[in-house]
Amino acid sequence: MQQLLTTALTGLTLGAVYAAFALALVLIWRATRIVNFAQAPMAVITTYLALVLIDAGWSYWAGFAVALVSGLVLGALVERFVVRFVDGKAELNAVILTLGLFIVLHALAALVFGSRYRSFPAPFGLTGFRVGDTTIALTGFGVFTIAAVGVVLIGLVVLFRGTDLGLRMRAAAFDREVARLLGVRVGRMLTLGWALAALTGSLSGLLIAGGGLVHPSYLDGVVVYGFVAAVLGGLDSPAGAVVGGVVLGLSLSLVSGYVGAELVPLAALVLLMVVLLLKPGGLFAGVRERRV
Amino acid sequence: MLRGHLLGALAALVVVVLVLENSGPFLTAQFTTMAYLAIAAGGLTVLTGLNGQLSLGHGALMAVGAYSTALLLKSAVLPLPVILLLAMVITLAVGALVGVAAARLHGPYLAGATLALAVAVPGIPLFFGEALGGEQGLPVRMPDIPGPLADAAYFVTGQDLTSIRYLAYLSWLTVVLVFVLLANLSRGRVGRDWRAVRDQDVAAELAGIDLGRTRVRAFVVSAGCAGLAGALMALSARLAAPSGFALTLSLLLVSAVVLGGLGSLTGALAGAALLTFLPPLVTGAGTDLGLSDVRAAQLAPLSYGLVTVLIVLLAPAGLAGGLRKLIHRRRTS
Repeated sequence: MQQLLTTALTGLTLGAVYAAFALALVLIWRATRIVNFAQAPMAVITTYLALVLIDAGWSYWAGFAVALVSGLVLGALVERFVVRFVDGKAELNAVILTLGLFIVLHALAALVFGSRYRSFPAPFGLTGFRVGDTTIALTGFGVFTIAAVGVVLIGLVVLFRGTDLGLRMRAAAFDREVARLLGVRVGRMLTLGWALAALTGSLSGLLIAGGGLVHPSYLDGVVVYGFVAAVLGGLDSPAGAVVGGVVLGLSLSLVSGYVGAELVPLAALVLLMVVLLLKPGGLFAGVRERRV
Repeated sequence: MLRGHLLGALAALVVVVLVLENSGPFLTAQFTTMAYLAIAAGGLTVLTGLNGQLSLGHGALMAVGAYSTALLLKSAVLPLPVILLLAMVITLAVGALVGVAAARLHGPYLAGATLALAVAVPGIPLFFGEALGGEQGLPVRMPDIPGPLADAAYFVTGQDLTSIRYLAYLSWLTVVLVFVLLANLSRGRVGRDWRAVRDQDVAAELAGIDLGRTRVRAFVVSAGCAGLAGALMALSARLAAPSGFALTLSLLLVSAVVLGGLGSLTGALAGAALLTFLPPLVTGAGTDLGLSDVRAAQLAPLSYGLVTVLIVLLAPAGLAGGLRKLIHRRRTS
């Protein structure tokens, strides 16, 4: 019972991080029909920026804020100066482009920040809360993680559902030509979409790094988990991404706790294959069937 | 057609002998690296260029070939070519399994699924640390050179056949064999089906081509190449370890195929040459500029990545499209 609770709480915290990463993938997919595989090294770079500043004596929160803002800028730059040029081209090109970006940004991160493992601070406690006599697996940083992802999710919902800007962004993603005819600056909306997605990805990177080690490849697994979470929920649905993230976090935590941490990526692969083959539209597929 | 390929193969073998006989041990080892990368890239070229399926999991399939070789060499007394063949067959079987699933996916879904494969496979030797050596990996024993072969080599060249040179010959013989087979396959009916499925899957289906079977066949052929490449890589490194098959390997293979020109086997060879010989050059330039060794080592992937991005951006009709145009021009002229 104790172990099950531990597993569930760890899974919930991890799930929140995967959800944030999946959310970033979904935001970009909805707007540009591209799965941004380069999102992991983008988040690696912003996390390293935070680490450099914190090591230089800045407060954790200053580093945190700089990482998020630089994520926003990086996302906008990548869309405006690279991704825009494969718009409307063959699907394979976009995939290869984001993979090329993956290699470039990964190498850049290692070149600039070095390849050794470096520890990343956490702003809150990393030991579990005590309930009565037992220590449970929920840490202060875990609570912060879940809350931070929750805030971003609510923020995005408010943006997309409650503001004029969000409406224009949705219109640009839904039907470009019609949106353009209605006076929406589509290009600008797409740039903004990539920027917001990269910010969400940066948050995910910061949350994974907190209290752990960073390394140029530390998010390689997370790009897979984020993708699996997004596919679980259906690549089109932000809410699905969050639910998918939590489901994945819980499942992987079960595998890690009861089978072995080494097999976690394999479990993610199996889960992905099962979903793609049985319910390609994701667990929350709408009426419209999607061709996979 | 076959005769043309065989003549080409014969010419290639002459070049291989001339080059290998005049290279020192370091260069010979580099040529072995180029050989196994070329085999893997050739397989990936067939899959991606001809059939339109992108795989990021070929590094993982190479790992299957490498570990099979290590285990076979440890447990059985078989001639090396038989071991290579067995390693290839085992990877082929794994590839068939993956291919059945992959055949139903396309674009980013296929990329994501094979990416998951690339990340998942290095965890398996860690989990079965007892049998597969965990983080340290399995040492690979290079078998002795068969006596008559060593004698014959001495008789012809006047120098002893070192195991490095033996492996280089074996690798390049494999390259020539694999490329002749792949070239024949892609020129024949099978290749025509692959291209038809890539270009117009609905029309291909209407013409009576079984889409699933055609895609699985391409995946299996390509996986077999990856298995062979992995086996040779294990022999050359004398080791099969998880760190050798990180995600980077799979991504670099994709960039090799794109750099060399998607869809042509010569391109795969060029891509493999770039992956082998560019890093020492670029890294050397980096250390000359005052970078540390570790950092300078990143300049090579940085340049592959940049060139990959540039190719995608500057080939306006798209990679496959540009190539098809080129082929079309050659056919009509």
